[in-house]
Amino acid sequence: MTTAVAVRQTIALTKRSTLAIARQPALLAPSLVFPLFFAALSASSFSKTTRLPGFPKVDSFLQFSLASTVIQGVLFGSVSGAAALATDIEIGFFDRLLASPTSRTGILIGNLMGSALFGAAQSAVFIGALLPFGVRVEAGIPGILIMIVAGGLIALGIASLMSSVAIRTGSAESVQGTFPLLFVLLFFSSAFFPRETMHGIYKRIADLNPISYLVEGLRSLVLDGFSMSAISRSIIVPIGICVVGIAFALSELRRKIRAQ
Amino acid sequence: MSTLSATTPSVITDDELRSSSIRSARSLALRGLRNIRRLPSAFLPALFMPVFTTIAFSGTFSAITNLPGFPTDRSVNWYMPLGICFGSAFSGVGLGFSTIRDIETGFYDRLRMSPTPRTSLILGPLFTAWLRALMICVFVITIGFILGVRFTAGVIGIVTLVAASLGIATMCLGWGLGIAFRFRDMRGAAVMQLTMFMGLYLSSAQVPLPLIIGWLHAVARINPVTNILRLARQGLVSKSSSDYLSWGNTWGGLVAIFGMSILALFFAKRGLGKLDK
Repeated sequence: MTTAVAVRQTIALTKRSTLAIARQPALLAPSLVFPLFFAALSASSFSKTTRLPGFPKVDSFLQFSLASTVIQGVLFGSVSGAAALATDIEIGFFDRLLASPTSRTGILIGNLMGSALFGAAQSAVFIGALLPFGVRVEAGIPGILIMIVAGGLIALGIASLMSSVAIRTGSAESVQGTFPLLFVLLFFSSAFFPRETMHGIYKRIADLNPISYLVEGLRSLVLDGFSMSAISRSIIVPIGICVVGIAFALSELRRKIRAQ
Repeated sequence: MSTLSATTPSVITDDELRSSSIRSARSLALRGLRNIRRLPSAFLPALFMPVFTTIAFSGTFSAITNLPGFPTDRSVNWYMPLGICFGSAFSGVGLGFSTIRDIETGFYDRLRMSPTPRTSLILGPLFTAWLRALMICVFVITIGFILGVRFTAGVIGIVTLVAASLGIATMCLGWGLGIAFRFRDMRGAAVMQLTMFMGLYLSSAQVPLPLIIGWLHAVARINPVTNILRLARQGLVSKSSSDYLSWGNTWGGLVAIFGMSILALFFAKRGLGKLDK
């Protein structure tokens, strides 16, 4: 199989997975509405906390929340993408794909790209929705573009990790069952409050939690402006997660093919 | 005379009807408890979610106790009642999910066809919701003590917290059953959860009312859940705080529980009536 054919197949599967997500507004709505609802809620509830010692210098709590809103939406949205892959396995469509002369990597990447594109679109929606409420991104338009790309990469990374679960279990319910784990990871990070204000064991957990570094990379673009450190944290950390996630998913796929 | 009484159709007296309702309700309540063992995945989230809420919120937002006017110096004292109220709410709507499952599998049709008093179809799940809420209170308060919770008002603080928990469970059960009877499929589960989350979050769930600003302050001020949370927390805040145990901080919560429970149970009873038609 030539590379051009593999690329064409990947693009066709990318279109299919993107349309599959777009055709399910009932699945899309929560991952778009809930993060915005929580951003609005936190902005009213925690506005006075921005004066606490250790809190970074911000215009408003909403500005502080932008990065966590993006990460929250993208994490939850990417679970839906992996669940769609599990549904393909459940209904037998995935086996038919495997039986066809299609690139194995193309099958996986094509399925994951729908989540990546949705993650990037979600980031754009969240930024677009919060900007009219006085939220300023210090890194300007380049920073916003990096946040959108980072949203796509984070979605790709998380969806690939979730896809390993989908391929191993072949059950959409099991993929949805990982949702609480993401919820826990998100809460025990610096997504909702700065690490500088935490103490003891909570701070240590947040220090070890990779979600903290994802959020802080994006937050740095929003609060501090354009810097190499912010770019590297926003882009390199998600790329690292993508590499590990895709490697896991491919290894699960190989195991599944061998078992068949 | 005896011949006459033998041939006359027996008339069910009010007392017999009442005892039959209670017997049926008790059986349904026991079935609800047995379901915890049979289907633990349906109840365990309601048990562990409050613990998670308590730990995650009090750890993440521990610094907010430094805000001037915050009524306690321990974040766990503030967030544990929220966790318990969330768990109790889940206990209530969780029984709504079970009812949807019973409707879908046809078990509910058999219940409706049996000579079971209609009130017991609501009272049974209500007793289960209360028992589940009590289990949550015992479990979460025990974990709370390990995390450093201190009831500043002593045992009365526990009583008011449990009262709030039972109240929330009653309201959410009525709401859950009402939705289940109207939707009759799992679409109703999403409506139950969404409205429950909105109702709880659009209140003083995260921070005290005076610290909330903007639109949320206006909503939380009129949301009855704010009064119920005040009732739940009054035995855990500092004695010097205006939110500390007093009749003024109690009656609003009790009125909210009573009013909302009556409305929610009426909503459930009307829904059951629609199911019969």
